[in-house]
Amino acid sequence: MTAIAMHSAALAKRSLIKTMRTPEALIDVTIQPVIFLLLFTYLFGGAIADGDRHAYLQFLLPGMLAQSLAMGGVALGQNLNADIEKGVFDRFRSLPISRAAPLIGAVSADVIRYLSVCVSLLLFGTIMGFRVETGVLPALGAVALSIGFGLCFCWISVWVGMMVRTSGAVQGIMFLLVLPLTFGSNVFVSTDTLPGWLQAFVAVNPITPLVEAIRGLLVGGPVAGPLTTTLLWMAGLLVVFVPLALRAYSRRA
Amino acid sequence: MRAVPAGTGNLLGMTEDLVVRAEGLRKRFGSTQALDGVDLSMRRGTVLGVLGPNGAGKTTAVRVLATLLRPDEGRAFVAGIDVLKNPRQVRRKIGLTGQYASVDEDLTGVQNLVLIGRLLDLSGRDARRRADELLEWFDLSEAARRPAKTYSGGMRRRLDLAASLVGQPEVIFLDEPTTGLDPAKREDMWGVVRTQVASGASVLLTTQYLEEADALADEIVVVNHGKVIAHDTPDGLKRKVGGQTLRVRPADPARLPDVLRLLDLVAAPGTAASLDEAAGSRPGAASVPVSSDEALDKLIPALRADRVEVTELALHLPSLDEVFHALTGRVRTEELV
Repeated sequence: MTAIAMHSAALAKRSLIKTMRTPEALIDVTIQPVIFLLLFTYLFGGAIADGDRHAYLQFLLPGMLAQSLAMGGVALGQNLNADIEKGVFDRFRSLPISRAAPLIGAVSADVIRYLSVCVSLLLFGTIMGFRVETGVLPALGAVALSIGFGLCFCWISVWVGMMVRTSGAVQGIMFLLVLPLTFGSNVFVSTDTLPGWLQAFVAVNPITPLVEAIRGLLVGGPVAGPLTTTLLWMAGLLVVFVPLALRAYSRRA
Repeated sequence: MRAVPAGTGNLLGMTEDLVVRAEGLRKRFGSTQALDGVDLSMRRGTVLGVLGPNGAGKTTAVRVLATLLRPDEGRAFVAGIDVLKNPRQVRRKIGLTGQYASVDEDLTGVQNLVLIGRLLDLSGRDARRRADELLEWFDLSEAARRPAKTYSGGMRRRLDLAASLVGQPEVIFLDEPTTGLDPAKREDMWGVVRTQVASGASVLLTTQYLEEADALADEIVVVNHGKVIAHDTPDGLKRKVGGQTLRVRPADPARLPDVLRLLDLVAAPGTAASLDEAAGSRPGAASVPVSSDEALDKLIPALRADRVEVTELALHLPSLDEVFHALTGRVRTEELV
């Protein structure tokens, strides 16, 4: 293993130890998505899907995966911001390691959070009556795609975490971004009910192809097209936000 | 009292091994000129105390030397390596303990130190061994498996210092290592610093405590408003700023008039002996400002000739407090904190 991979692994282990020590920090990727799932299925589901709650659950759960993953990255930026404020990162910066290692390590450890999102939603969804209609392999593919997207999307949060002064501000800014992206998409409703201008936004929203791809992989439907678009978006997120985050980290005094 | 290092009469002109050397460092944050042309030099194997009030630029200077911050202007070398050109190599040579304990509170003592070891390319086993060794040395073995957030302030500071020593650095930067510690804990830390120096490390420490600089530093740099306003040994600084005082306490208080008369004979030009009447000082002694150590040599035979028995006979240098006030024009110590 190269030095940067070893250092990142050591730092990822640090983040995992912290996560294990404070399980309550996993609420936003376990209980919270489940509460959203319950809320939308039983409170709005009947109205939205004309009484057919099961059909709505089949429609909603793949979308909930996407929304919870986008929100799941917010905590990462907050944690990194707190690390900087507490001086923990000064110690890392005074060590002969790559400047990228602390960020790569922290992002890698976030896999456990995105996996938690997938497991909680699929497990609890199954109890509520959700059924995978495709097969084990496509379902695993949906989980892999979800986690992969989470790992790319969270670099926005990392960048914001490097730029702003407090971890509260990280949350505020990220919610301003994540809420329009996830609600202004095909997560909760079929997009043909939306006004034209909103449909235009939904069409260019990266959450839309992600949700389509996950839906295809879990309950059937077109996969190849939306999957390709999603993978391009993921690459784009990395190309833009990894360098931005690294530069902000290096510049932060 | 620590011995005065050799050759201190010619601090800046010396060509001997300088482990830290900085020239003309400038750094501006918005409208604040944090460093306004700072020169620093520290000889290998010594302790350099950087002394100054809050906001004087001490921390900024340390952050530049520890490669955390690029100066706007100036050059700096640590262990002979250019801090600006080869920061990565400098990081192999240094240990840093920041103003705020920078251990990870959620990790245990041993996890914190093993992490640093791994980041310094030690194998898992070696990192573990080094961590155990340091924890034992810092008297933290019993707390090794507890999260650092359960540690007391002193324990956390020790762990933080241990973390900066994992890589056995040549140069250790301690940014206000004892701020907020009670006096007993402070002396513990001083012991640790002395041990490090005894084992060959060079230590640059910043402090607001004059007492700390006096107790630990071989040389002191006084910083104020981003500028170095003095660089000398502690004794040299005291000598430079304030004169020395000779104090005599006769065994029989009735002999005080004789003592005053004899002290006047050795007084520095334009001064006279006086009774110690300052608040807090025990009465029954007299003091006089003197211009050199020779006053003592003259006084002792004179006292003997007059058969004055004394219980106290001492040459006092001014405290660093007084030195600092004289240098910075500040009035009271409280303003420093």
